[in-house]
Amino acid sequence: MTVYLIRRLMQSALVVLAMTVILFLGVYAIGDPIEILISPDADQIERERAIAALGLDRPLWEQYFTFLGNALQGDLGRSFVFNEPALKLILQKMPATLELALAATVFAIILGLPLGLIAGLKPDAIYSRVIMATSILGFSLPTFWVGLMLIMVFAVQLGWLPSTGRGPTAEFLGVQWSFLTTDGLRYLIMPALNLSLFKISLVIRLTRAGVRETVLMDYVKFARAKGLSPNRVIFVHVLKNILIPVVTVTALEFGSTIAFSVVTESIFAWPGMGKLIIDSIYVLDRPVIVAYLMIIVFMFIILNFTVDVLYSVLDPRVRLQDQKA
Amino acid sequence: MTAGLRSLLLAAASSLAFAGGAAAQTLTIAVGAPVTSIDPHYHNLSPNNALAEHLFDGLTGTDSRARLVPRLAESWRAVDDTTWEFKLRPGVKFHNGNDFTAEDVAFTIARAGNVPNSPSSFGIYTRVVSEVQVVDPHTVRLRTRTTYPLLPVDLSNVMMLDRQTHENAATEDYNSGKVAFGTGAYRFVRYTPGDRIELERNDAYWGQREPWQRVNYRIIVNNAARTAALLAGDVDFIDQVPTTDIARMKQDNRVHVSEVVGLRIIYLALDHSRTDGSPFVAGPNGEALDRNPLKDVRVRRALSMAIDREAITSRVMEGAAIPAGQFLPEGVYSHIPGYGPPRFDPDGARRLLAEAGYPNGLRISIHGPNDRYINDARIIQAVGSFWTRIGVRTQVEAMPWTTFIARAGRQEFSAFLVGWGSSTGEASSPLRSLVATFDREKGFGASNRGRYSNPELDRLLEQALATVDDEKREKLLQDATRIAMDDVSIIPIHIQKNTWAMKRNLRHDARADELTRAQDVRPAN
Repeated sequence: MTVYLIRRLMQSALVVLAMTVILFLGVYAIGDPIEILISPDADQIERERAIAALGLDRPLWEQYFTFLGNALQGDLGRSFVFNEPALKLILQKMPATLELALAATVFAIILGLPLGLIAGLKPDAIYSRVIMATSILGFSLPTFWVGLMLIMVFAVQLGWLPSTGRGPTAEFLGVQWSFLTTDGLRYLIMPALNLSLFKISLVIRLTRAGVRETVLMDYVKFARAKGLSPNRVIFVHVLKNILIPVVTVTALEFGSTIAFSVVTESIFAWPGMGKLIIDSIYVLDRPVIVAYLMIIVFMFIILNFTVDVLYSVLDPRVRLQDQKA
Repeated sequence: MTAGLRSLLLAAASSLAFAGGAAAQTLTIAVGAPVTSIDPHYHNLSPNNALAEHLFDGLTGTDSRARLVPRLAESWRAVDDTTWEFKLRPGVKFHNGNDFTAEDVAFTIARAGNVPNSPSSFGIYTRVVSEVQVVDPHTVRLRTRTTYPLLPVDLSNVMMLDRQTHENAATEDYNSGKVAFGTGAYRFVRYTPGDRIELERNDAYWGQREPWQRVNYRIIVNNAARTAALLAGDVDFIDQVPTTDIARMKQDNRVHVSEVVGLRIIYLALDHSRTDGSPFVAGPNGEALDRNPLKDVRVRRALSMAIDREAITSRVMEGAAIPAGQFLPEGVYSHIPGYGPPRFDPDGARRLLAEAGYPNGLRISIHGPNDRYINDARIIQAVGSFWTRIGVRTQVEAMPWTTFIARAGRQEFSAFLVGWGSSTGEASSPLRSLVATFDREKGFGASNRGRYSNPELDRLLEQALATVDDEKREKLLQDATRIAMDDVSIIPIHIQKNTWAMKRNLRHDARADELTRAQDVRPAN
């Protein structure tokens, strides 16, 4: 196990290094930030001053190694537009995004699992067909459209929920959370639901497929034959066994939920990391773009790692030290 | 009656006057462009400058029609060709109680161009000042390197800071609120980057008392979300109303729309830099040309006459623009009265092309951004079809601003769409940046990406920039503008209208310079 972990860690370090190169080249290729940032009224002398102030007059390799050197000391650069450390900006925004992603995951599980279970146990019933048809919509409707429709219906027409923004927050563990206040919760519902639509559909499909496969297994048949109650068969014998793929996918999806909350956040003006990265891309705020993507890379590496470990806990057949990495 | 009791009664009386009581004293604004700093000298960018107008004041300011008005300076005069004297308003205090004096002006002028890491500094307004002389606490003299009549105008962009508070303060200290003290109508409460800025009324303000106890200045970049937030009643006031929504909003009796002709011209820049063939211009069958047709004024005029500007402003812009024939709209200083947009005349354009030696037309590609100006990509599509009609087969290529502007700056295009906001409200701004000969030393032509050059225009402009007398300067600027337009240095298309929307119980004094400020919003009576 230890050997495996060490090997995995070394691989991860290489991935991170490779990512820094790709990111740096990619961000460099998008365009010249000075053209975006500088006031149109600026003359040539001011332009040259600004280029030097942001360090853009240096050759690319020099900019890269400066970045790498600072990054090793935990400094991911200063934002061009905010004049604050990029890492600080992103970490400030992280709780809002985490909260949104967690709320979306909770929605996915409390709605997706039961619906998937129903659809799996009674595959031919009309309500099961309705569930499955709806889940196709969940996959295929674009998030921005659904988001706007939610706002139109629940905020503009019915006036039940606030249209955009993050409501009042309360402090917990030194961080501001909105789910701790009732008004904050009202602000959270629509964006979280919008973000979770895809995940709900995914969990429904996974659960249904798992249930359909498992109910035909011998041990389920045997449990029934033994005269166990249907509830016990479903919740112990079936559900427990289908949880592994569901956990894997939910955990991996959690990463993409954070990384791709961009659309939902910009539609609902949710002040999270996704909105920050979009705003930063518009103005080519290179340090923030690079820092954000580095954090996302780190997050995916850690998530994959965690999933591997969780596997061995949930499924005794999986032994990490047996794997060839 | 004690002062406290009186203000309490006043507050009670005024809250009765507005429906909704205390809630009506909070104004929630949603703006479409992110404010990125509270430091008024960090980044010269209109959203930041709009916010700074709440917290700080300049020596001078501009009114909604871009005319110069006194702010912290009560009056100013040119002592001689290179000296300006400003008389400061007495009794003005910063939010932390410090007095505003001539020393603070000296400090501000020194700091404005020297904020570390600034991606676009205010040095372009203060660099011309060679010396600040404090005559007495309320009189200050600024010496300029050359004769510079625009100094009072330029200084309207520079917000005054307090030497005692702001010496050695970094941009972060402003953002955290530690030193966010100005002399402005509103005090700083809280700033959440990318989300909102909370303000409260400065009861000790030297000017008119504001009707709003608190102002929430929110950032909602997405157009549809911003509109929805207004319709849902979550915000009271929004800027940058999408042109597709303006007509519907004017019909909607829940909201009120304010608009004004702005100072931003949308135009096509042309490649004047090459004489032997331009990269995206070819003969009628796609063959390379050995000379650049755009150097011929007849071709440029034909391209300009071929555009139906009325159609663009009424269909593409849905009325949110007026056809343009010069840099500035009517009623603004240095506009040429009676000099209208070129007449739409496709037949005349075809004749001109033939006369210039292109009876079978040309091929051209027109480039432009698709995320910068209102309906930018659709405008160049329209222009493309007008040009194709006179035999200039046009390909249209729209791309993100970030890619576009870097390529335009390297003179890679033949014809491309750009916009220009004349922040000073006079023609010297576009003349100097867009059509004057590119010259680093003089600071001319910094955005002259087509590299147009005309010595006569340069001469008139230089003369204008050295003329303190407003009337004489206006005449010179008009003459220079006429040369630029007669010679079709650029092809003007339209001047945008700036549009805001608000709840029906509010009224707004719409600003030509696009700034969104709580000071311009009042309860309707």
